[in-house]
Amino acid sequence: MKAFDTYLLDRAKQDGAHKLESYRKLGGYKGLEKVLKTGLTPAAVIDEVKKSNLRGRGGAGFPTGLKWSFMPDPAKDPRPRYLAINADESEPGTCKDRVLMERDPHGLVEGSLIAAYAIRAQAVYIYVRGEYRLSHDRVRDAILEARAAKLVGKNILGSDFSCEIYMHKGAGAYICGEETGLMESLEGKRGHPRPKPPFPAMSGLWGQPTTVNNVETVFNAPFIIERGGAWLAGIGTKGSSGNFLCGISGHVNKPGVYELPFGVTAKEIIEDKAGGIWKGRKLKAWFPGGSSCALLTGKDVDVVLDHDSLKARGSSLGTAAMIMIDDSTSIARVMEIIARFYDHESCGQCSQCREGTQWLAQIFRRIAHGKGQPDDIDTLDALAKGMAPGKTICALSDAAAIPTLSAVRLFKDELMECVRKQRDPLAVKQPEYAVAGGHH
Amino acid sequence: MALPQDLVREFDELVKNYPEKRAALILALHRCQETMGGWISPDIMEDLAAYFALEPVEVYGVASFYPMFRLRPVGKHVVSICHNISCDLRGAQDVIAQVCKLTGAPLHGTSQDGKWTVATVECAGACANAPMFDLDGVYHEDLDAEKIAKILGAVK
Ligand SMILES: Cc1cc2nc3c(=O)[nH]c(=O)nc-3n(C[C@H](O)[C@H](O)[C@H](O)COP(=O)(O)O)c2cc1C
Ligand code: SF4
Ligand code: FES
Repeated sequence: MKAFDTYLLDRAKQDGAHKLESYRKLGGYKGLEKVLKTGLTPAAVIDEVKKSNLRGRGGAGFPTGLKWSFMPDPAKDPRPRYLAINADESEPGTCKDRVLMERDPHGLVEGSLIAAYAIRAQAVYIYVRGEYRLSHDRVRDAILEARAAKLVGKNILGSDFSCEIYMHKGAGAYICGEETGLMESLEGKRGHPRPKPPFPAMSGLWGQPTTVNNVETVFNAPFIIERGGAWLAGIGTKGSSGNFLCGISGHVNKPGVYELPFGVTAKEIIEDKAGGIWKGRKLKAWFPGGSSCALLTGKDVDVVLDHDSLKARGSSLGTAAMIMIDDSTSIARVMEIIARFYDHESCGQCSQCREGTQWLAQIFRRIAHGKGQPDDIDTLDALAKGMAPGKTICALSDAAAIPTLSAVRLFKDELMECVRKQRDPLAVKQPEYAVAGGHH
Repeated sequence: MALPQDLVREFDELVKNYPEKRAALILALHRCQETMGGWISPDIMEDLAAYFALEPVEVYGVASFYPMFRLRPVGKHVVSICHNISCDLRGAQDVIAQVCKLTGAPLHGTSQDGKWTVATVECAGACANAPMFDLDGVYHEDLDAEKIAKILGAVK
């Protein structure tokens, strides 16, 4: 791997960087100061972010500057407006935002303030998944410290910019990571996604203009302001700028969350960072960006990690959470788990998704348990094609269909063999334990 | 029954953070579960409904939607084991079996002495440190048999 400069995790690697004093010593709040003290206008901030080509790190890779520019002009639309930070981090395999929140929470506070300034939001809500207690407490404490130092609240740093930041907690539902599900949940309701349009920039939280951004996305903002959009645009590849946090989990020797520039190959990450596939085995399959993207095979490790290259391979960058699966592992087992997850998390509003995820889960389960039926593989394919693309209120249905289609395409023979033999030749004997009825 | 006064005072502050009161409902449910016996009883739902000026069935609708809220009594300690993909690839099933054995609780149930409840959860965002469980709200990661025995053995 070629040498590269880091910035995302530099502070996080220092002990105690979560305190305001250390954060400041390490150069923190310089971006916000630059915005407020040199009189950068909100439009100028958006321009700089557009120049940087920053794309959202929450999974969809939407250009951040463009998203911010969708917020209506306050001269024409004086309604209150909000920024919601998506810290729900629930896509299987994904564990990166947590590192930033636990170890460098002021970076999130500063990034949120710059984003709020750009879209002229008077309040930020940080939606942290309920299980992330330490993340929640660290960010809450950072906000308290920042408020005491006049960095949050009324007339920040003596300017005429005022902005509050509030913490909010989820309670274990994956669907609340979807931006409109998140807004429903923030309003104290069930996390049922809303049909679009209207888009959040026109009608979001409480019907007001709202922008939703991922933690890592806004974390980039202070660096862009301080060093310039051109600086970030110069890192990475043509369509994907900057460094990103790559979580690598599963069958590697050194799983972890690593900071990398776009443009490194999967092979470099596996070998130079993650210490290779464990137990001397070979890589059979992998998800490049969480369980919602298409599986790739061991042969695909030459692919470069960025949005366009993974798309060209028929998968996607998603949350850049690489899940590595060695050659001793059964694909039926992997898909049994993935399908169960989407069935469990479907909110049930759309019939294609509600019924589809249930069927996928049942069929993968019976294939993995030696009870597959002759036309199961074809049924999986047909079901998944009926669930996506774009047939439902939100993309959870797609998220279940996409890995299914890839598994059926790449591992058809293996799945067929489980059906034919009425047992999964790669199944591992699982330990036994008693299960009580019910789920709570 | 009524909500304890200190919780009411806490909620009175919380609702100020939002343009609409009910936005604080999920946070209020968390606080009730944390401080009032580890689960959301029908009484708590009625009290919250009164506080937020909602129908009890609406509070139930929210509480039952979110897996973190428990609508039945639980043991003194709750172990939530991730059984999603990154954890499964690194032995989550062995973790479940060992935890059930050591605690005497069936999966998704409570041990007879009422000390332990054991459940599975979906991906907890600790995938790079799999396998993992959450014990009473604290993450324990990079688990192996020895570590599990030590962690559970230290619980009173
Ligand atoms: C089912 C589903 C779950 C999602 N979960 C998350 C999540 O946990 N965190 C996140 O940042 N984005 C998640 N997203 C993406 C959000 O909808 C949204 O695109 C993102 O927060 C926008 O932020 P960004 O532009 O900064 O990437 C999810 C999307 C879907 C369809
Ligand atoms: S696609 Fe699925 S999760 Fe999304 S709104 Fe429809 S039923 Fe709910
Ligand atoms: S899969 Fe277990 S924590 Fe993510």
